[in-house]
Amino acid sequence: MTMMSIAEALRAAIREEMRRDPTVFCIGEDIGIPGGFGGAFTVTLGLSDEFGHDRIIDTPISELGLTGIAVGAALAGLRPIADVQYADFLFLAMDQLANQAAKMTYMSGGAVKTPLVMRAPVGATARGSQHAQSLEAFFCHIPGLKVVAPATAYDAKGLLKSAVRDDNPVIVFEHKLLYGSKGPRTEKGALSPVGEVPDEDYVVPIGQGVIRRPGKDVTIVGKLLTMYRALAAADILAQEGIDAEVIDPRTLVPLDKELILESVRKTGRLVIVEEDNLTGGWAGELAAIAAEEAFYWLDAPIKRVSAPDVPPPFAPAMEQFYVPSAGRVVAAVKSLF
Amino acid sequence: MDSEKQPNAKQQLALYRQMLTIRRFEERCNYLYMQGKIPSTLHLYIGQEAVAVGVCANLAAEDYVSSTHRPHGHAIAKGVSMRSIMAELFAKQTGCCKGKGGSMHVGDVRVGMFPAIAIVGGGIPVATGAALACKRLGNGRVSVAFFGEGATNEGAFHEALNMAGLWSLPAIFVCENNLYAASTPVASAFRVPDVAGRAAVYGMPGETVDGNDVLAVHEAASRAIARARDGGGPTLLECKTYRQCGHSRSDPRTYRSKEEEQDWAGRDPILRLAERLKAAGAATDGSLADIEAEVAAAIDDAVAFAESSPAPEPEEALEDVFYGEGPIPFPGMHVSAGGAP
Repeated sequence: MTMMSIAEALRAAIREEMRRDPTVFCIGEDIGIPGGFGGAFTVTLGLSDEFGHDRIIDTPISELGLTGIAVGAALAGLRPIADVQYADFLFLAMDQLANQAAKMTYMSGGAVKTPLVMRAPVGATARGSQHAQSLEAFFCHIPGLKVVAPATAYDAKGLLKSAVRDDNPVIVFEHKLLYGSKGPRTEKGALSPVGEVPDEDYVVPIGQGVIRRPGKDVTIVGKLLTMYRALAAADILAQEGIDAEVIDPRTLVPLDKELILESVRKTGRLVIVEEDNLTGGWAGELAAIAAEEAFYWLDAPIKRVSAPDVPPPFAPAMEQFYVPSAGRVVAAVKSLF
Repeated sequence: MDSEKQPNAKQQLALYRQMLTIRRFEERCNYLYMQGKIPSTLHLYIGQEAVAVGVCANLAAEDYVSSTHRPHGHAIAKGVSMRSIMAELFAKQTGCCKGKGGSMHVGDVRVGMFPAIAIVGGGIPVATGAALACKRLGNGRVSVAFFGEGATNEGAFHEALNMAGLWSLPAIFVCENNLYAASTPVASAFRVPDVAGRAAVYGMPGETVDGNDVLAVHEAASRAIARARDGGGPTLLECKTYRQCGHSRSDPRTYRSKEEEQDWAGRDPILRLAERLKAAGAATDGSLADIEAEVAAAIDDAVAFAESSPAPEPEEALEDVFYGEGPIPFPGMHVSAGGAP
């Protein structure tokens, strides 16, 4: 066991998978440059020393091109781990992800596979609207893509390994404030959870959520940063006699629906918290699932705690207003009693 | 042309046969479409046969090809069976894509052709990635991207060729400049109407060739493919050709003049090779008629196969989303025998 940050856990996963399987390689911008950052958030730092620049491939600024190249490389026998420096840049690559990666297996009648991983950092960090979005929902909506969102070091290593080994395209969303990046790339206001990570090989299966905190009065589902907001809210609620169960889905597609529904049938109340704006967010999808499949167990309406329908603002005070806080989760839960 | 590298008479006859096969296949598809037997529109390859045939004759089954919304010619030239293509057009279970792809997505990875990509330019980075894999794996294969001149204005072209040149990838970029992107003529989309010149900024050779001369295409392609295979990097090959038919089956071609069409019909690639073969004594009207009959019989066979093949079950729509996994759950959906929910 080793105590690791999420950035270190992701790096360990990449290193171990690349040692285990010679077809695995990384492709992205600024990921292997000698003397460079190791990617925008240090995840690939040092990997090019071990694996060289043919397996840690630095590209020009060409998100569409590098994603399409990852698709083609995957079709032709390699297993790429592609990345964008900010999830906001995925929009540049949308055609290759939505129209090619997601559909090649289907359009071929199951004959071809596209085993690619695309890693992307999400979350507001005082950089302005175009480097701040949490846009998992766009990708959850595209049939043919798997979507994971690890919020702990243990899950980061285990889920990235599963993603690399999956024969399908997997988008791995990571949160900028959860990496624990050090040195010049330290994020102000970061949460940087560190956790114990096994040294031996292990995977976290895709499609399996986890109960972070068992409880009986209300189910709170949160992902990435807002999972920690949910835990903080649960601590506050406990002092007021409300026992909250906090669930981290870990995988968004395919969703561990039964874990969440089982919890809702137990507690009768559901609050979903996400760092994404309200309309069309993932929380709405989960709310619809619960309303359809657990309606008769609900004692109160389903509440979504999301950002307002605005682009992420810059000023810290506005950003704090934007990102759901533990306080907003507490208020939402209390409104159900 | 170096006569040692030029295809001999027997090889030229094979090129002729394959071009004729594509032509007659496409004409038959048009006829079947008008009979209502093919559910979708078609983007036919009539007039451009020399490009697919001239390039693919230099490729092995393991070499990769990416194609476009106009893929039938590339598919036949690369070795995808006519039966499986026709069955796919008929939306049958025995189609090369099990009825999931349709006309614009035909392909067969067993002969190196991924499902064709119908987003204009979308296949160019994909072919480039396949080339990257070939180089990394050291398997000696090359990757060919087919695309029209319209695609060269997509950002995907720019990004992919830049990286292909930067990393010296074993890729061949074959631009079929047929002068029109749907109804948009080259003059409305390009300041500089020739595509080959774009190669220079990416650090690769760019060559223009008569795309209606299968021997010229064959020769230029063989050099580009050898260059790629020998580690010499990518090439941009611009083949000047003409789409004799409409863009799709709902295109009356009223944006082109009859004079222009007749001019290009006079440069038909199949007729040109026929004349050349006859002049060289390698073929007669009689022997060409025999080839015509054999090609017709092969197409009849493909059509019969397609017509007699079963249609897919509607619920098969839920399969093959994820490789190696079961159907997508879709609770509450029951399809009666009549097809209505």
